[in-house]
Amino acid sequence: MREVAIVGAKTTEFGELWEKSLRDIVVEAGVGAIEDAGISGEDIDMMYVGNMSGGKFIEQEHLGALIADYSGLAKGLNVPSTRVEAACASGGLALRQAIQAVASGYSNVAIAAGAEKMTDIDGSGVTDALAAAADREWEGIQGATFPGIYAMIAKLHMAQYGTTSEQLAAVAVKNHENGMNNPIAQFKSKLTIEQVLKSIMVSDPLHILDCSPVSDGAAAVIVVPADEAHKYTDTPIYIKASAQASDTIALHDRRDITTLDASVAAGKRAYEMAGLTPKDINFVEVHDCFTIAEICAIEDLGFFEKGKGGPASLAGETALNAKISVNPSGGLKSTGHPVGATGVKQAVEAVHQLRGEAGKRQVNGAKYGMTHNVGGSGATAVVHIFSNER
Amino acid sequence: MTVGIVSYGAYIPRYRIKTEEIAKVWGGDAEILKNGLKVFEKSVPDVDEDAATIAVSAARNAVNRVGLDTQRIGAVYTGSESHPYAVKPTSTIVAEAVGASPDMTAADFEFACKAGSAAVQVCMGLVGSGMIDLGLAIGADVSQGAPNDALEYTAAAGGAAYVIGNKESELIAIIEDTYSFTTDTPDFWRRESQHYPSHGGRFTGDPGYFRHVTSGAKGLLKKMGTKPEDYDYAVFHQPNGKFPERAAQMLGFTKEQIKPGLVVPRLGNTYSGSCLMGIAATLDIAKPGDRIFATAYGSGAGSDAFSIRVTDKIEEFRGKVPTVEELLADPIYLDYGKYAHHKGKINFG
Amino acid sequence: MTVPRFWREQQSRYNLVGSHCKTCGNYYYPIRNLCPECRRDGDMEQYKFKGTGKIVTCTVTHTTSDEFNDLVPYALAIVELDEGAKLTTQIVDEPEKVAIGKRVHSVFRKLGSDGDSGIIYYGTKFELDKE
Repeated sequence: MREVAIVGAKTTEFGELWEKSLRDIVVEAGVGAIEDAGISGEDIDMMYVGNMSGGKFIEQEHLGALIADYSGLAKGLNVPSTRVEAACASGGLALRQAIQAVASGYSNVAIAAGAEKMTDIDGSGVTDALAAAADREWEGIQGATFPGIYAMIAKLHMAQYGTTSEQLAAVAVKNHENGMNNPIAQFKSKLTIEQVLKSIMVSDPLHILDCSPVSDGAAAVIVVPADEAHKYTDTPIYIKASAQASDTIALHDRRDITTLDASVAAGKRAYEMAGLTPKDINFVEVHDCFTIAEICAIEDLGFFEKGKGGPASLAGETALNAKISVNPSGGLKSTGHPVGATGVKQAVEAVHQLRGEAGKRQVNGAKYGMTHNVGGSGATAVVHIFSNER
Repeated sequence: MTVGIVSYGAYIPRYRIKTEEIAKVWGGDAEILKNGLKVFEKSVPDVDEDAATIAVSAARNAVNRVGLDTQRIGAVYTGSESHPYAVKPTSTIVAEAVGASPDMTAADFEFACKAGSAAVQVCMGLVGSGMIDLGLAIGADVSQGAPNDALEYTAAAGGAAYVIGNKESELIAIIEDTYSFTTDTPDFWRRESQHYPSHGGRFTGDPGYFRHVTSGAKGLLKKMGTKPEDYDYAVFHQPNGKFPERAAQMLGFTKEQIKPGLVVPRLGNTYSGSCLMGIAATLDIAKPGDRIFATAYGSGAGSDAFSIRVTDKIEEFRGKVPTVEELLADPIYLDYGKYAHHKGKINFG
Repeated sequence: MTVPRFWREQQSRYNLVGSHCKTCGNYYYPIRNLCPECRRDGDMEQYKFKGTGKIVTCTVTHTTSDEFNDLVPYALAIVELDEGAKLTTQIVDEPEKVAIGKRVHSVFRKLGSDGDSGIIYYGTKFELDKE
């Protein structure tokens, strides 16, 4: 197995991109990543596209070929292109596929993209499309929406560990604080705990401001063998670990409803692969689709003891350059959550942080960064560890 | 062959609306309305309840009361005027949900408020002839009354289910005889695709309800050679509180005889469930040996009269499932807005 | 939901039929053909749950998709059946009364429908036991 590095990275603006189609944003991200790597389309020999629900959001499947086509990689070059789907973890998985392809020697220059165009259907349609990431037959049919499912995690977390609505709100406030310094972020606005608590209730105890928004956006990275990385850039970012784990599709079948065992397992595998512990990690981009999800994530990935994620968040221990910088990008909450794009966007953020290019949201002395991308309510988790040192 | 009731069960949704609350919306005088109708509140289905869910709930109470082997059921007939489908039986839903499928027959009945008692009669025929072992007859409705129509004050939701059998040893009550009186009298109807029924106003009274109820009742008394005083209890179809009282008086039954079965003041008119609900409430308190006289009425028009004698067996199955009184207790009162929502009167577009 | 997809699972939906593994003793809802615990060593039989249990966690949903819009606010819960299997279900009581730890029993309700002219889906929800 060869070591692997990222030599190009780009995220489009995230938000309600009314004037742009899925094709537009993927091409923008892809071309950006190619330019960042200083390569040309001819160099690419493999393409992976993370996308959750083109079929529901824009009534378009077969996105691998479509995107290869619009990227100029299909006609003539005939680059193999594969769409990868694992609900909201689709992007993280696309990256993992590219890493595996390069590590195995099947590919020398792979592009991993993630993209979602969510605003072409109405809110009810989005809620329904996202509900397909849970068990449609045995959760969705009872009216379990995604906020509803995470709300049940939150309610039990509160009952078991005393987690409070203020602690949940603190996650959103901190992520907005970081997102204000991220040019691609959907919401670059300051938020207060009171604003979160006074926002409308979606699914008790989750208010609308506890939820990540509906977004359009795309991101892409270029993956090459580590030995060849310096051909392309002076600042390659090395993949120290790529790990993935599965759990039951339905929340009710989990071993423990407030622990995402898939996150725990993927985290453990990643630490082992990289030979690192949580203490070594300088920043982590976690999958905060809801505020409770960030609290579970920082516990499940070993940064805080189970049940201590809430108080730690309220105490500011997860703020930029505090005990552990959690979601320096602003996370899904502030940056936006175009579901299929998120996992790749997290990797792009890691690249920027580890290159020292993150500006006002720069994590000081960042050497090891982690990304954590979750599908559904925790049925899939993908964890990557990146470093600027080989 | 002796036929009778092996078990019975009732179901009433937990929600109610008071007469005052409806009157308030239309500027009506609640006191006059309550005095005129003798209905003080009525049951309202939950948003996710309909005649099929009510039929299933009542049927499950019936089979659970005696721990019935539901595979013995050879026929399921559901009477309703609010079947969820115009075409597609309610009874197959019930049969599947009580575990009676598939070795059985089923069909839906409609005869205004007496479709449930008609189902009982058909089951009596089938078990009496030995064609089937047990029959399940249900009357269930989520009745509709047009806004600001007199019916809006009474049209309620509920149902009752009866398991009819022919093995004397397992009967909790014997149905001694039945008699029907039927004519073509259009006092109340609902045309295809219409949301609300129409009615003939005061024409529903004497030519409709009273003629048929008294003729049916007298027919059965004459056929059996019995008199009102031979019965401990009596139940008459109860579209409101006044009609059954007057019918009883006309026939020579006392207020005491009809008291346990007269649930309409606190329940409203459950249409196909109405008379069957009254019989269920009476069975809940009847003692072995008691005789119950009942007459169901359906607009259009017809009546089904029954003479019922309670057996010793009834005492074995008390307290296993909720009584009608227990189902009436502890209601949740709705305001008119919530009521309109529960009744599907709010169009979501 | 389409008619065949719903109809295929009707026994589980109407009558809480699931599976019991005779090897490990675990109960599952809905029906599973392979025991996730014992895999090929498992010996699965169909089992009709009693329909009683308690609330493990819950929420009240205020914003939902069009399909459930007429139900809001509605209570949703994960219920642990007395046999041990867990499931996700609406609780049909007044939402503010629904809480972790409360005892519940199954009821037969409408789960939804395909618009005004499509099929109506029936199945099991849960209700709080009377206190």
